[in-house]
Amino acid sequence: MEYFLSEQQKTLKGLARRIAEQRILPVRAELDEREEFPWDLIKEMASSDLLRVFIPEEYDGLGGGTFDLCLVIEELSRICGGIAISYAANALGVLPLILYGSDAQKKKYLPEVASGARLAAFAVTEATAGSDASAIRTSARRDGDHYVLNGTKQFITNGGEAEIYTVVVMTDAAKGSRGASALVVEKGTPGFTFGKKEKKMGIRSSATRELVFRDCRVPVENLISREGMGFIVAMRTLDRSRPGVGAQALGIAQGALEAAVEYAQQRVQFGHPISAIQAVQHMLANMATELEAARALVYATARTIDAGAKSFTEESAMAKLFASDMAMRVTTDAVQILAGAGYMRDYPVEKMMRDAKITQIYEGTNQVIRNAIALEVLKRKARQE
Amino acid sequence: MNVVVCIKQVPAKIKIEIDPKTGTLRSGGVDRAINPPDLYALEEGIRIKEKTKGKVTVLTMGPAKADESLKEAIGFGADEVILLSDPAFEGSDTWSTSHILAKAIKKIGQFDLVLCGKQSIDGETGQVGPQLAEALGVPFVSLVNRIEELGEGFIKVMRMSDEGHQLIEMTLPGVITVVKEINVPRIPSLRGLMAAKKAKIPVWNAQDLEIDPATVGSAGSPTRVAKVFFPQRTQKSEMLQGSPESQVEQIVERLRQARAI
Amino acid sequence: MSADSSAIGQIWVVTEQRDGHTKAASYALIAKSRKLADECRSKVVAVCLNQSVKDADQLAAFGADKVYLVGGPILDGWNDDVYVKELADLARRDKPDVILASSGSLGSSVIPRVAVALDTGVAANCISVEFDSQSRMLVQTRPAYGGSLMANIVFPSKRPQIATVRPHAFKKGEPNSSRQGEMIRVDFDRQSVTAKTKLLNVVKDLTEKVRLDEAEIVVCGGRGLGRAENFQMVAELAEVLGAALGTSRPPVDDGWVPYSHQVGQTGKTVSPKLYIACGVAGAPQHLAGMQTSEIIVAINEDPKAPIFEVATYGIVGDLFKIVPLLTKKLREARG
Repeated sequence: MEYFLSEQQKTLKGLARRIAEQRILPVRAELDEREEFPWDLIKEMASSDLLRVFIPEEYDGLGGGTFDLCLVIEELSRICGGIAISYAANALGVLPLILYGSDAQKKKYLPEVASGARLAAFAVTEATAGSDASAIRTSARRDGDHYVLNGTKQFITNGGEAEIYTVVVMTDAAKGSRGASALVVEKGTPGFTFGKKEKKMGIRSSATRELVFRDCRVPVENLISREGMGFIVAMRTLDRSRPGVGAQALGIAQGALEAAVEYAQQRVQFGHPISAIQAVQHMLANMATELEAARALVYATARTIDAGAKSFTEESAMAKLFASDMAMRVTTDAVQILAGAGYMRDYPVEKMMRDAKITQIYEGTNQVIRNAIALEVLKRKARQE
Repeated sequence: MNVVVCIKQVPAKIKIEIDPKTGTLRSGGVDRAINPPDLYALEEGIRIKEKTKGKVTVLTMGPAKADESLKEAIGFGADEVILLSDPAFEGSDTWSTSHILAKAIKKIGQFDLVLCGKQSIDGETGQVGPQLAEALGVPFVSLVNRIEELGEGFIKVMRMSDEGHQLIEMTLPGVITVVKEINVPRIPSLRGLMAAKKAKIPVWNAQDLEIDPATVGSAGSPTRVAKVFFPQRTQKSEMLQGSPESQVEQIVERLRQARAI
Repeated sequence: MSADSSAIGQIWVVTEQRDGHTKAASYALIAKSRKLADECRSKVVAVCLNQSVKDADQLAAFGADKVYLVGGPILDGWNDDVYVKELADLARRDKPDVILASSGSLGSSVIPRVAVALDTGVAANCISVEFDSQSRMLVQTRPAYGGSLMANIVFPSKRPQIATVRPHAFKKGEPNSSRQGEMIRVDFDRQSVTAKTKLLNVVKDLTEKVRLDEAEIVVCGGRGLGRAENFQMVAELAEVLGAALGTSRPPVDDGWVPYSHQVGQTGKTVSPKLYIACGVAGAPQHLAGMQTSEIIVAINEDPKAPIFEVATYGIVGDLFKIVPLLTKKLREARG
């Protein structure tokens, strides 16, 4: 569908596509195979200003909105979901600062991320707290002009590679979910180490590690907003970042659909390309339709956020939910269409299928996402009555 | 170092059609782009400018639409761009093109090095580089795949030859053509691209260049295209039928008869 | 120099030597020039830009009436500046009507400069050169747009008419050892040229056994091979034929074959006598690099593959059966 992007958006999308096709495409299989973090590609993206997109202008950024970010993530994901998530998680990592940080904090951290000098990451999840985020146990005890952190974060994207971490910790366990706070912790702070790099099913070029805090002293200035705001910061951050996961799912599905179409037109069986077989055509039709529907939802959500909508928790959740489930279906079908070849690592679709799975899981499993949506739907009904 | 890079805007896809009525190329609605081999020249030029804190001027000869390519060059980092355009230039062969470029470069004034791509993907002659050098009266080296040293008044380059490579020293000012192996062109930055979109592109015509229209373009080019046609395969494809063994027998027989093997 | 286009004067062939031996493409050009010269009653002059040409009499045997051996007491192994001046000076003196050369290294760097020095143009990378008896002009045919289009080039008035010709455009034919030619040494004063370029070092490092762009036979593999290992099958066919190994772009993108073997718009352009495409679909960018080949054999399982549109012989079938069978049959025939 023609989305009538502005000149600026077209330039942005075109640039992201160029980087994806010229730089990422030749190395994506190798990076996936070797589970290597794409530092060279990050540098390329940085020198093309791609990392400036999501930083406000006052802090050396280009002041792009959610939609701009989605356009970039989608183009990168079309070629490689693993590289795209390294980019997107970086944006996620600074989002709490952009939304709630003080001017001093923004001045300190944002320009460095804009230039690509340092990467960021966002950390909430722990071994005991996945969907049940309020069950986090990492504590931050106030001691003079520092907080002392103890605990472990799990499955953190960009963990170990990023240098700026926005972490949600318990500053006052007695207050329950109102006792959490968000802090910036920098790599290299004594008492802050990393666990081993996780071996994943997909997005293997992205780095996923535990963050280990042992009496890690963090200056009080690193507190984002106020004590007790931790989960609000987290929730508002995720509301804005979920369309990005949706965009990642869109891109992966788009790449898979294109691969399936190309293959179907070349693969000859029974004297005809398999694209002539109705069974295959129907699969392609379903894939294309769902993808388009998901795109419409993700784009509409991104645009409503940028236009200043006051609340968008439900839409954001829906966009992520629908797009990720769609991506899993589309990539699975793509493998099916390529059949035997699709199962082989010589062809790109099995990786796309492996990459798509995580979109149904992170930034809220789709089950917890459904809970959130249901709550909003019921709230609405309750309000109407 | 003052570097001049000559680029050409070409069709992005090379599948072309001839209008059956007029016998001329159907060029409407075709996406145009910077000739891919020229990107390597452009990138090398920008790198030299960055290393020597110099200046890059990018020239192109073409119709008004060619300004899009110059805008892209700005996105890459070109300091100055100039479009050489005039109805009189149309129908130029490579001799005419190189003379027009030479006039423009002389008008620009001082330059140390001119960089060109190996050849264009449409004309594919690879002639403009050497002809430009001769028209400027400066030395020329082709197929450069690495610049080894840049100094005051000289350049040392590695070039590809029939047997391998040659290390050549050339005095400056001079002209070189470069090959893909020389670098990996950067991806322009967003800010560069956005600024480029707003840029005003200067245009020099025949009068600005003091060129007599009769000496260039279709009027003055030494060579002329007498006819353009689709290559006709003298015979239609012969599809060999039968079992694999039979097909192999048939092809070997055909190739033997044609003395190909 | 304007033309009396009712006649064609001397036809010059600038020849190239490797290790003192004249290249096959140069002989082929002389043979073709002989035919042209016979058609319009003119003479063929072979110009050698060095004086240590072994078997220079072969140049006459293939059709040259006169052979210039141009050189000088102190001549580097390479110097374009010198060659340009030598050729231009000679041409100004003798005023040939036509100058032909191969479109190789010399054709792309020296010849265009000579053309400008003589204030004339060049028809580059031609696949044919004919004499039009009606207009009494030379007509050069060259491909453009990746070979999708052919253009006939003429020189309305400027002389000499200069053309560079693709390596396999003409056949060498057989020499006539009874033919005699005048051997003339032209001693050139090297000091008269201020060489602005200097050869510092030569590195002989080409590892390909058969150079792709000069090979008579090229065997090419494409995406239809499925995986990297299957290229071995195509390489074996190439070996049996003494052919160069080529590839279309997808195998290069997927890392199966090095880029140096790529044939196509962004790779090398080849014009061999025989081109065998195995599992190559025939995208326009690939065709651009090979469709001027004399004989094209295409093997592909898809009868609608675009490669069949340019193929001389097409085999629709399973290349995993056909290619090994072909290799085996050729190996047996070799004995």
